[in-house]
Amino acid sequence: MNDFAQALDTAASLIGHFDPELRQIVGLSLGVSLTASLSAFAIGAPLGTALAIYRIRGRAALIVIANALLGLPPVVVGLAVYLLLSRSGPLGSLGILFTPTAMVIAQAILGIPIVIALVHRIMVDVWASYGDALLVDGASRLRATWPLMAIGRDGLLTAFLAAFGRAIAEVGAIIIVGGNIRGYTRTMTTAIALETSKGELSFALALGIILVILSMTVSALSFLLGRVLTGR
Amino acid sequence: MNRWFGTLRILAIIALVSLAAQARAQDQSIVVASTTSTQDSGLFGYLLPIVKQKTGVEVKVLAQGTGQALDTARRGDADVVFVHAKSAEEKFLAEGFGVKRYPVMYNDFVIVGPKEDPAGIKGKDVVTALQTIKSKAAPFISRGDRSGTHIAEIKLWKEAGTDIAKDHGPWYKEIGQGMGAALNMASASNAYVLSDRGTWLAFQNLGDLSILVEGDKRLFNQYGVMLVNPAKHPAVKREAGQRFIDWLISLEGQNVIAGYKVNGQQLLYPDANDPNA
Repeated sequence: MNDFAQALDTAASLIGHFDPELRQIVGLSLGVSLTASLSAFAIGAPLGTALAIYRIRGRAALIVIANALLGLPPVVVGLAVYLLLSRSGPLGSLGILFTPTAMVIAQAILGIPIVIALVHRIMVDVWASYGDALLVDGASRLRATWPLMAIGRDGLLTAFLAAFGRAIAEVGAIIIVGGNIRGYTRTMTTAIALETSKGELSFALALGIILVILSMTVSALSFLLGRVLTGR
Repeated sequence: MNRWFGTLRILAIIALVSLAAQARAQDQSIVVASTTSTQDSGLFGYLLPIVKQKTGVEVKVLAQGTGQALDTARRGDADVVFVHAKSAEEKFLAEGFGVKRYPVMYNDFVIVGPKEDPAGIKGKDVVTALQTIKSKAAPFISRGDRSGTHIAEIKLWKEAGTDIAKDHGPWYKEIGQGMGAALNMASASNAYVLSDRGTWLAFQNLGDLSILVEGDKRLFNQYGVMLVNPAKHPAVKREAGQRFIDWLISLEGQNVIAGYKVNGQQLLYPDANDPNA
């Protein structure tokens, strides 16, 4: 119990001082995870919606695949992205291995199946309730997409937050493709892994407490922002 | 609704632009693949700001095991390797992946274990100590990650007459993790472990552990540095990488390394001038 008390104390004093290194780590964590989850959303939401409203061939298989990939292991994604981006790999000439960009790519890949699966589930219901009415109004299926997403926006927000939650909590992929470089690719989760390996257990737990607070704050703010912007 | 997506799009653009700007600012920076011991012991935290100030080179450290660090460099994903397993480094050079190996510094390994020392190895030479641990089947944590420390451990077992990879019982646990993690496990399970002295001195979660075997010349631990061969990997930042290496082995760099202390103890001993190191 002593460990936890000490960790809480350390966390409070870290937040109180808010030293530059911690600020930078927090900034990078938020920047990478937000960019990754927004990218995953931008790619996954249209795909999930399309799977809900178009009767394309192989649709059932695609839906099964998206749901199966919910359990995509981060360490495997990290390794695959690493091999792609390595100087000896097919995309090596980009020179983006061990950069924040590589971390965004890895986390976006992890987020996309989550967004597709959740958005699909929401849009199936919305389409069942409003699809016929929209088509009767003379809209094409493509045109109907936008009003459908507007109707299902609460669910879309949940899909985005799920992708963000996966990204901000994730360590297996980004520690491989980012390299946990101090001041450059070190995030909250990789810093926690490092401090644990140094035996600084209560300091690591203090960082963990800050991460939990941070993640909850972002989720709450997104939720409220969504409410305000959608006028509810 | 449109406003909502507009905001999202703007946020995404801002994030991407700032990432691109960060990518452009890294010309004077090099990636150094190194070992967990150099990071966990705090050496790099002390050294790198001085390197930046003296040479203008910004060093990004990948703290991996020696084996992994050399593999990263073989793939062309690092500019410089800074590791501690001379045999593996010489193999790397022979394969043509390195330009030249420079000795930089040394410290030593120690065998750490529970203070009560159930196997009774305290003060023995390293070979006798390992033989005792094995004959009493006392719990022993091995890095098991092809790191410099792991390579040294295997070599020490060999000197003790054991091919440890093939000949061990459940008392011998290969954890496949860094030095800090191995010390954490030893501390949590009252096991013996081979550690570099630097990581040990900087380590905080001591529990009941203490140094039991030290000072044997077979426990010597040499660090070397190499530029990755630009002929193999043209993207290697040859100029900045060599500037970093030249500074490390310069009189000034060597003095800075000698000046690194943890709890008042010197951690590393510079030896760039020793041709046999």
